[in-house]
Amino acid sequence: MKKNLLLLAIVVLLAIIPLFIQKGAEFEGADGEAEAAISEINADYEPWFESLWEPPSGEIESLLFALQAAIGAGFIGYFIGLMRGKHKEG
Amino acid sequence: MKFSGWKLSYFLLAFLFVPNRAFAMHIMEGFLPIEWAIFWWVVSIPFIILGLRSIRKTIDENPETKMILGLSGAFAFVLSALKIPSVTGSCSHPTGVGLGTVLFGPLAMSVIGTIVLLFQSLLLAHGGLTTLGANTFSMAIVGPIIVYYVFKGSQKMGLSFSVAVFLAAMLGDLGTYVVTSVQLALAFPSEVGGFMASFTKFAGIFALTQVPLAVSEGILTVIVMNFLKKYNVSELKALRVFSAKEAH
Repeated sequence: MKKNLLLLAIVVLLAIIPLFIQKGAEFEGADGEAEAAISEINADYEPWFESLWEPPSGEIESLLFALQAAIGAGFIGYFIGLMRGKHKEG
Repeated sequence: MKFSGWKLSYFLLAFLFVPNRAFAMHIMEGFLPIEWAIFWWVVSIPFIILGLRSIRKTIDENPETKMILGLSGAFAFVLSALKIPSVTGSCSHPTGVGLGTVLFGPLAMSVIGTIVLLFQSLLLAHGGLTTLGANTFSMAIVGPIIVYYVFKGSQKMGLSFSVAVFLAAMLGDLGTYVVTSVQLALAFPSEVGGFMASFTKFAGIFALTQVPLAVSEGILTVIVMNFLKKYNVSELKALRVFSAKEAH
């Protein structure tokens, strides 16, 4: 358990450190940067297909996204509880 | 392991209605020339078919592993929902395919990874349907294959279980982005310097950003494995995860 907490702390640090190293950076997604790189290489390239549906706003997007994390984490929490419970009985 | 219908439906619901948010990794909709889009689709489809068979076989042989398969899917969902800042000043997210690959093999993850990617493209306008073949190939096929061989290789070299899991998940994550960079470079070779110049450019964007995230993914996968090792030893043995030396 202690070991896992320590490992988790490393993960948290890895996520926080960039915020301090790269003060003032945009922290946009890297796929946007790739898009810019493509237009540099081939200025004439036109995307030939559009996404069928896009979240109407950043808020809707973050709703879907929070829901996803919540359901995934919910299942993981359920799994852990179930296994620990079984373990105690056995 | 008794597995009731509602648990399964809960998991399926999670799969059906939960979108996946990706910031940095997938080739954007419409950004692969049509011939490449078709090419990667053709390459990926056989793996998905084999993956479906592989999952069915595992579940038939070891029904008690269903919950763990669910856990592998949930893990990939949560991890790809975490947009983590990186040292390059942009954000990306882990893939989460390492855990399931170590447990169920690379083919099974080609299916789970494809499902994750499909919903990303449908509900969050990330990645895309035209580029789904290419994105499946990098994240759900090559990534897991790297995970699998690194894991088996590390075990053969006598590295500890945790170290093997860490290395496998980390390199699988990095490998995914290297493949993405290769795919883009093949489709968009530079006028000067051709494929290599483009590859360097794309790898600089994707792979560099991914380095700290790959380490995080490795560590998170180890944490979940530590739990499974404590509470689910019988299932892990059934899935033949341990090397001969560890499975005494």
